[in-house]
Amino acid sequence: MGKYILKRLLISVVILFFVAFIIYALMRCLPTSYIESVARQRSMTPGSKSYEEWMAQLAAQYNMDKSIIPGFFGWLGTFLRGNFGDSWKWTVPVIEKFNDVIWISFIMGAISFFFELIIAIPLGIVAATHQNTNLDYAISVVALAGISFPTFFFASLMKLVFSVKLGWFDLFGLVGRNYNQLDATGKVLDMANHLVMPIVTLVVISFGSLMRYTRTNMLEVLSADYIRTARAKGLSEKKVIYHHAFRNTLIPIVTIVGGSLPGLFSGALITETLFGISGIGYVSYQSMIGGDIPFSMFYMVFLAVLTLLGNLIADILYAVVDPRVRIA
Amino acid sequence: MKEFKQPPTHMNAVPQRAAEITAERNMEKTKAMEEKDRKANGARQEEQYSLNDDRRVKVLSPGALVAKRFFRNRLAVTGLAVLIFMFVFSFLGGLVSPYGEKQIFYRTDVTNKEYASVVTNDEYRYASNDPVFSGVALAQSGLAISQDKDAYEYGGVSFQITQEGKELYSVWANGGVVGLVYKDIVNASSDTINENDFDFLYGALKAYAGEEKNFTWQDRSFTVNQDGDVLENGEEVAYISRFIVRSVYEDVVITKQWKTELEEALNDGKTVFEMTDENGDVYEYKISYDAYRKSYSVKQGKDTTVIDTFSSPTAEHWFGTDGYGMDMLTRLMYGGRVSLIIGFIVVFIESFIGVIFGGISGYFGGWVDNLIMRIVDIFYCIPSTPLLIILGAMMDAYNVDPKIRMLYLMLILGFLGWPGIARLVRGQILSLREQEFMTATEATGIRVSRRIFRHLIPNVIPQLIVAMTMGLGSTIILEATLSFLGLGVRFPFASWGNIINAVNDTHVLTSYLFVWIPAGVLLLLTVLAFNIVGDGLRDAFDPKMKR
Repeated sequence: MGKYILKRLLISVVILFFVAFIIYALMRCLPTSYIESVARQRSMTPGSKSYEEWMAQLAAQYNMDKSIIPGFFGWLGTFLRGNFGDSWKWTVPVIEKFNDVIWISFIMGAISFFFELIIAIPLGIVAATHQNTNLDYAISVVALAGISFPTFFFASLMKLVFSVKLGWFDLFGLVGRNYNQLDATGKVLDMANHLVMPIVTLVVISFGSLMRYTRTNMLEVLSADYIRTARAKGLSEKKVIYHHAFRNTLIPIVTIVGGSLPGLFSGALITETLFGISGIGYVSYQSMIGGDIPFSMFYMVFLAVLTLLGNLIADILYAVVDPRVRIA
Repeated sequence: MKEFKQPPTHMNAVPQRAAEITAERNMEKTKAMEEKDRKANGARQEEQYSLNDDRRVKVLSPGALVAKRFFRNRLAVTGLAVLIFMFVFSFLGGLVSPYGEKQIFYRTDVTNKEYASVVTNDEYRYASNDPVFSGVALAQSGLAISQDKDAYEYGGVSFQITQEGKELYSVWANGGVVGLVYKDIVNASSDTINENDFDFLYGALKAYAGEEKNFTWQDRSFTVNQDGDVLENGEEVAYISRFIVRSVYEDVVITKQWKTELEEALNDGKTVFEMTDENGDVYEYKISYDAYRKSYSVKQGKDTTVIDTFSSPTAEHWFGTDGYGMDMLTRLMYGGRVSLIIGFIVVFIESFIGVIFGGISGYFGGWVDNLIMRIVDIFYCIPSTPLLIILGAMMDAYNVDPKIRMLYLMLILGFLGWPGIARLVRGQILSLREQEFMTATEATGIRVSRRIFRHLIPNVIPQLIVAMTMGLGSTIILEATLSFLGLGVRFPFASWGNIINAVNDTHVLTSYLFVWIPAGVLLLLTVLAFNIVGDGLRDAFDPKMKR
């Protein structure tokens, strides 16, 4: 087991290296030249150096004066030493900005993931035990509709109904207008109020795939021989499904749930942007379209790490949860 | 061989019972055989056709079996119907629609322009015929009139005031008329008249105020009628009115007719009147009184042509018009075309690359497999949405032509999507290559590329079709999301995503539902239909599945 994890980790490092290189190369190709505009701005101030001098200085500061490959290794060196650079757009160290915005994204992700689980798994089991009934079709269509809903359309509909027509929530933002006048409880409630729509959006668009996954696995388990045996020996249907079948269905579910845990940190780019919540998704979107290389680089590498971590956790959990699985 | 009879009527009555024979699948084969046996036992008494007679046994190809299973799934058929509708809507709709994708519509709008300002003259005006009557002497005359004096003295000259009519006084000094104090204003409407000439002014005002309706000026005789028109030989050359009308624009000439209409309207207390100008255009004028400035301002309602933006659904524009003044329905049709074409091309590209790499990887195994799978891992790890956003921003910076941009978009999406297909194909081929038919291809010496692409890949087609159908749905969503963010398909081209983009304007979100709801519904329905059809196909391809 230890050897397997070690091997997987080593492969992950190699993959990460290449991913980082590809991302770096792409970012270097960005012509949105933030540097140029900054240099132009600074050269405008009276008594300043010329544009060319600023250019040279900034480029050196951001490792842009070297060609892509030496530049990449230079960047990698500082990155590995824990120096992630200063964000060009937010004018603070990348890690500081990241620390500012990651937690709200994580809270949003965690809450919506929790709701996703408590909605998707029971629904999936109900759909599987009522296979080919109208209930099953209804649940499947709802789940498929959730999967098929474009985030931005669903978010817009939510805004129209709940903010514009009913006036329950604000259209944008994480805090209300009178946030600063509220006491501690009021502040938390205010934030919670503003998080309702984003979280509902996230849950609706993402519960479908987990529900379908649960249903498929449950169906597979229900057709297994040991279920027939359980029924044959006269166990109640409730016991068969919740004791024998459900536990076995949990194996793949735990695997996939474990694997998606790191993803809670990745932020919800579209949802955050639409609801104007400055989490990591929104901030990184702003950085990316603003040509902020240090921040975008950091965010993308961070996402790649999360993906690799998720896969690794899923694979390990698979072996841990199911004793029948042997890892070569 | 024993012969069995099978009357054709029975055959037609229970078509489901017909034996199903498939050539390739063992499972299907055994199932078909069972069916056949059952059939044979059931029909022992009919001895018309032999057992393997085609008329007796209804043979279905694997494809027909799949189709049969698929069409038995009502949900999937509904999905298919929706898809067919979308295709007809997008591809034929554009041809049927009377409007073009980029045709901009205009409407005429009444814009109220400040036209003129009107002041009722309530102050005396003075006209001088002699340098004596000027300055303080002139001002003194006004004072004298207001005090009802008929004479005053200034600077050693004595002036006499004679009232000639209502609010019309002449000032005499040294035995002659030196000035005039009046409120009615004479405006010349002919070039031959100088309304500032004292004699003319005096004559006209006197005629207007007094009994005598005629006066002469420079050997020309004029008549003044009750309306204040000054006529020479029956033709109007000037008019007298209490209103001072100033046009706001230099080039606008205020006609007497217009003034008359205005006066009538003012006297009747109306606030709106209509006038036809010399070109025959009818304008509406609105009069409003400004109490502070004690003046009327007249606004001309002018028909101006503006782009017909956000107009509500009408008979001409069933879904209204969008923010560019284009027909919404036509935009939706072309948008659907773009979304579907992009979806298909992207899925085709990713399947093409995925099948080649997956096939090679699965067939050869070993280090080739390892290498390709690590490349797949790398592609899996690249965060695609951020990457697409960055590439979109990059294309923005380069000002890529919208048409070429669309092409790049397809290539990028296709290139990012292939690893999924490659994994699927590889997984299938890993199990397929161990089967006997592959040993047979090896024994007969068929070359490797043919073994992969003629013998292995066709067996992956069912899974591939399912994955492609589902992939179409997700590609369309991805494209729409990018277009929504303004990084995918760009104006002037329509795409369902960039149509919904208008919703970023809160005003559109709240007031112009017809702009964004239809596009969203079409998008949702299309993606949903692709997913449902994909699901239905998966069930249909899966031999274990029985409905």
